[in-house]
Amino acid sequence: MEPLIRIRGLSKRFGQGCSRCLDATGPEQDTNLCPHCGSVMACNDVSFDLFRNEALGVVGESGSGKSTLVRLLHFEWEASGGGMEMHRSAGLSNLPEMFTDGSNYSCNLLGLSHFQKRQLRNALMGIVYQNPHLGLRMQVSSGGNIAERLLGAGWRNIAKMRERSAELLERTEIPIERMDEPPCNFSGGMQQRVQIAKALSNNPLILFLDEVTTGLDLSVQARVLDMIRNLRSEFNLSMLVVSHDLGVINLLCQRTMVMKSGHVVESGLTDQILQDPQHRYTQLLVASQL
Amino acid sequence: MITVDNLSKSFTLHILNEKKIVACRDISFHVPPGGFLGLSGPSGVGKSTVLKCLYRTYLASSGAIRYNSAAYGSVDLATLPDRAVIDIRYKEMGYVSQFLKVIPRVSALAVIMEPILARNGVSRDAARKRAIGLLERLRIPSHLFDAYPVTFSGGEQQRINIARAVSWKPRLLLLDEPTASLDKDSVGVVLEILKELREEGTTMIGIFHDTKLLESVTDSVYQVNNIVRHGFVAG
Repeated sequence: MEPLIRIRGLSKRFGQGCSRCLDATGPEQDTNLCPHCGSVMACNDVSFDLFRNEALGVVGESGSGKSTLVRLLHFEWEASGGGMEMHRSAGLSNLPEMFTDGSNYSCNLLGLSHFQKRQLRNALMGIVYQNPHLGLRMQVSSGGNIAERLLGAGWRNIAKMRERSAELLERTEIPIERMDEPPCNFSGGMQQRVQIAKALSNNPLILFLDEVTTGLDLSVQARVLDMIRNLRSEFNLSMLVVSHDLGVINLLCQRTMVMKSGHVVESGLTDQILQDPQHRYTQLLVASQL
Repeated sequence: MITVDNLSKSFTLHILNEKKIVACRDISFHVPPGGFLGLSGPSGVGKSTVLKCLYRTYLASSGAIRYNSAAYGSVDLATLPDRAVIDIRYKEMGYVSQFLKVIPRVSALAVIMEPILARNGVSRDAARKRAIGLLERLRIPSHLFDAYPVTFSGGEQQRINIARAVSWKPRLLLLDEPTASLDKDSVGVVLEILKELREEGTTMIGIFHDTKLLESVTDSVYQVNNIVRHGFVAG
């Protein structure tokens, strides 16, 4: 089976950069800050495949480049280098110019125009952030938050959008009678569920989850995770799950990558990463788990 | 069906000054289709390590694990790409661990129905029927069907574990002390279920610490200690 997206050599540098950045940063040096020019190599030469219907975990300490990776793939930040190609089967019929005849993979999506990137994002991607303030307009009604996303994906009929919002909120266990309330009235767990409803509203192929349960109390965390697990099979999602919590990764992901100082130091089956970690940093991470 | 050739596994513990632990060494055996190989030896000799290498929970340090897959043909499980291993686990290879490790907040019945539903393409009703049949056979009281297995006794958990692994009739089944915490009657039921599964063609490799049991259920035994070897010879 061919991967849905192929990521090759993805890099992100903050700062002007110098000829010694690459040699002076990374897991061996235990830093992503270049001592010579002060640039930060947030992601360096990250390559992986994401398949259909799979959940790929990304673990690592804060500052390892996990969230940068998500922001690059979600087209929020411009990559400094590297490629992202999508399989033809992703159904990009409205963007035929992305495919040259005969090839199963698109051109490098990171090189598209802002407009095309936005189209692609609206059609194929969903994201849930750790901080609901990033994903939701807190003063706008929950239904309105979802409708905004549907508008972006080309919906125009108000009644249908309202119906779809109600359906998604119900699916994520938000009482329908509260759909006209703004998320700022909700608890943290509810806000996170509204974010999930919003992320799923355009039926995305790819869902990015960035530390979605961090900061929620345990019983709420459990419910959100249960929901994500069920939604994955129901919506046929490919998910990139970023977390520093190995328990979350173990529950959701079959494969896992471990990041450290902007690099992927190890990747494998999740149970293998947890029970037979190869890299020094992964061993430390696993040994530190409560 | 599966041929293990000079399999060795050692762990290098970077955080303990590169300490190296050899878990098993020079393991070679062959299991024909439909065969049942027992792994025997004192505890700590590396029996579970061998099974975990076959299941790819551990990465083999050296050697080859030739498996004749229905979907992929002859493959080396030691080096096969992750995605293919996931696929083989999903379609062909089952594993009964020493302890039940299931997702929290999922009922016993759902735990067993899940692999049947996901793999065998049967209706919810049929999956439910098969799951209930297994639970009843394994003498799990019916009032526990909708309870969470984490709250069960050790023996009940282990029976859930077995029911989950056999429910979808894998082609290759790895068993790590499946009967360790069971009473005599339950052991009898489990052996009966394994026997039926074999009659349907499942190949098995198992660890049983009761030697009498080991010899009675398996059709060859491999001694994991590098001295005595009998049973099927590699190749």
